[in-house]
Amino acid sequence: MAENLERDVKQICSRNGNDRTRMMDIVREVQDRFGQVSGQAMNTIAQAVNSHRVEVESVVSFYSFLSEEPKGKFVIRLCNDIIDKMQGVEKVAEAFREELGIDFGESTSDGKFTLEWTPCIGMCDQAPAALVNNKVLTRLSSDSAREIVQSLKQNEDENRLLHMLGDGNNADPLVNSMVNNNIRERGPVIFADLKHGTAIHKALSMSAVEVIKDVKTARLRGRGGAGFPTGMKWEFTRAASGSEKVVICNADEGEPGTFKDRTILTEKPDLLFEGMTIAGYAIGAGTGVVYLRGEYAYLRPFLESVLAERRNKNLLGVSILGKTGFDFDIRIQMGAGAYVCGEETALISSCEGLRGDPRNRPPFPAQKGYLTLPTSVNNVETFCCVARILDKGAGWFAEMGSKGSTGTKLLSISGDCTRPGVYELEFGITVSDLLEKAGAEDAYAVQVGGPSGQLIGEADFHRKICYDDVATGGAVMIFNKDRNPLEIAHEFMEFFCEESCGYCTPCRVGNELLKQRLEAIIAGKGTPEDLDYLEQLGKTVAVASRCGLGQTSSNPVRTSLKNFRGEYEKLVRENKDGMQRTFDIHKALAAGEDLQGRKSVIYAD
Amino acid sequence: MAKPKIATASLAGCFGCHMSLLDIDDRILKLVELVDFDKSPVDDIKKFTGRCAVGLIEGGCCNEENVHNLQYFRENCDILISVGECAIMGGIPAMRNNIPLKECLDEAYLNGPTVYNPSGKIPGDKELPLILDRVYPCHEVVKMDYYLPGCPPPADLLWQALVALLENKPMDLPYEVIKYD
Repeated sequence: MAENLERDVKQICSRNGNDRTRMMDIVREVQDRFGQVSGQAMNTIAQAVNSHRVEVESVVSFYSFLSEEPKGKFVIRLCNDIIDKMQGVEKVAEAFREELGIDFGESTSDGKFTLEWTPCIGMCDQAPAALVNNKVLTRLSSDSAREIVQSLKQNEDENRLLHMLGDGNNADPLVNSMVNNNIRERGPVIFADLKHGTAIHKALSMSAVEVIKDVKTARLRGRGGAGFPTGMKWEFTRAASGSEKVVICNADEGEPGTFKDRTILTEKPDLLFEGMTIAGYAIGAGTGVVYLRGEYAYLRPFLESVLAERRNKNLLGVSILGKTGFDFDIRIQMGAGAYVCGEETALISSCEGLRGDPRNRPPFPAQKGYLTLPTSVNNVETFCCVARILDKGAGWFAEMGSKGSTGTKLLSISGDCTRPGVYELEFGITVSDLLEKAGAEDAYAVQVGGPSGQLIGEADFHRKICYDDVATGGAVMIFNKDRNPLEIAHEFMEFFCEESCGYCTPCRVGNELLKQRLEAIIAGKGTPEDLDYLEQLGKTVAVASRCGLGQTSSNPVRTSLKNFRGEYEKLVRENKDGMQRTFDIHKALAAGEDLQGRKSVIYAD
Repeated sequence: MAKPKIATASLAGCFGCHMSLLDIDDRILKLVELVDFDKSPVDDIKKFTGRCAVGLIEGGCCNEENVHNLQYFRENCDILISVGECAIMGGIPAMRNNIPLKECLDEAYLNGPTVYNPSGKIPGDKELPLILDRVYPCHEVVKMDYYLPGCPPPADLLWQALVALLENKPMDLPYEVIKYD
């Protein structure tokens, strides 16, 4: 066995060119093959790629889909984001616990099953959902959870868990998934038809500078949420010194409540690849990388086949569409379950086979990105917009939406509404119109932009979805009157505490302190001063953190406090005697009383 | 008008902060002109004789007596100040916070290489205060009004802060006076 391990691991390394920058692929393959990346495997990898054990270990310990300890043959990852909780995931969890006889974070003694919680897997519109290895299972109930375990015990094959396939390409044999697209509204940019190659063809008839000018004329801004002008980013990357450049597509859609890119990757991959190819032409890049989140691994075979077909049609590869000197190809880089990798510099680290640590900026990726090459990182949806702009014209695109936010936006809507799903709408739609479309007449609070966005109440429902008003990368979560804004904020703080990479103190410690104080307030032990404390600390975390995660992680607390202050004030009480209500002397003494063998005399009651 | 009163306590600390207070040297004579000392290890007054303007707390809470004492101070002082690292963060005693209490006590009273303990028991005499599950910084137990950092806080810091507080003037705290270690 030990020899087999060494031999197989060496083979895996050599298949990946013994290239340490492909560490993610190597360790993922080892994990899939052996259910773990053992110490011995790490030693072998380190030797094969001429690296050090500690470097391999730092990668393995960072990503939640990798582990040094053995995992079961079937890893069941149940999604525990807030929407899943609202849809009754706890009952599903209980059924799994009972059927398997283990708790979350444990494996069965026969090595067959591992049960884990996982943050949002991009299925909020069909929650509760889980991953069984790479298979996505949606709309779970306690009954279906029991069936899943029974079937796996009997057949030992996760492919036999599906009774019905989803719509559109979800039923493609290469996807073979029960996921439903839930596309509720199709707009002219993303979900309209495009004849493959037409946009590239148009781009190639122009100079690269003209292509960038078109993107600028269309006033296209990044769809990931930050809204940086795409044309400008490309211009910087193009102008950066160095002959080799890189285009990266950020398909690490990890913001809880976001699942728009899932539908693009399923239904419009050609549009995406077309946009990336145009970006390659505009920037002068030869390499394209799609960083696909580990949770979407089920889409990979399908995407690879689309890429292969595009190579056949000379839409990728050497001298694309006969244009001598324009060589461009795309590879898919799988992630392994780390939210922070959606941050562009962390994503680049991950692509290079490192921990997903964010980097200091400057230098910006446009100057020094992937393998120190000038790199443009753009969102899935952004590339799709580019392809459409080249096809239909910048003027056509710029006429849609509002002045500062042109075009359409994909919104993924979930929560307390009758029509959850993906909507392609022009920028500038008001929140209340959106709620009406989604069937959420009794909405009380809306989280726009995911946990890192803002929680708004009725007073803000007249506001518009666009970069200059209520900005969003696409997530819209709806909550009705039965939900408590403080608990929503607490859910999100738990998420950020879990996903913080731990590098900088404001994020690592600050978020934890925010969470603790919020818990005290929820438990009725807070004081009015605690609200000031939350405000101040929240600001400190936002200002002092190193990357986008920490800079936005206090938003759940800050925006719920701003927009639902009354809910907070209801719970806090003046602390007249100066004794902290969060301190429980009896709890603090219990262990000592036990060990020292007597009860307290001072605190006798 | 009667002089304001101040009180001091050393909880789970090393008395280093009190030593630093004495380090104000001859200014202690001026301090005595400014204030009366109430409950404090300096004068060995055990019970508060009346309401105090300021309470200086050294050390965090590692046992029930610390908690009791700190609450007693809170009840009797207008302003409470965490003085030094242990009061503010738990300090050296809080190094045990990452180790389960049972392991700590077993090592100290049963398994340590130099332990002589024929009874084989962890001491539980009534005279010994019961230990807490972990060491708590003061502000987790009662509301603290101010924090003076340092291990110990320099005498000048204590002096400046006290005088400013008592005379209701802004503090003059140059960079060199504030030290975090």
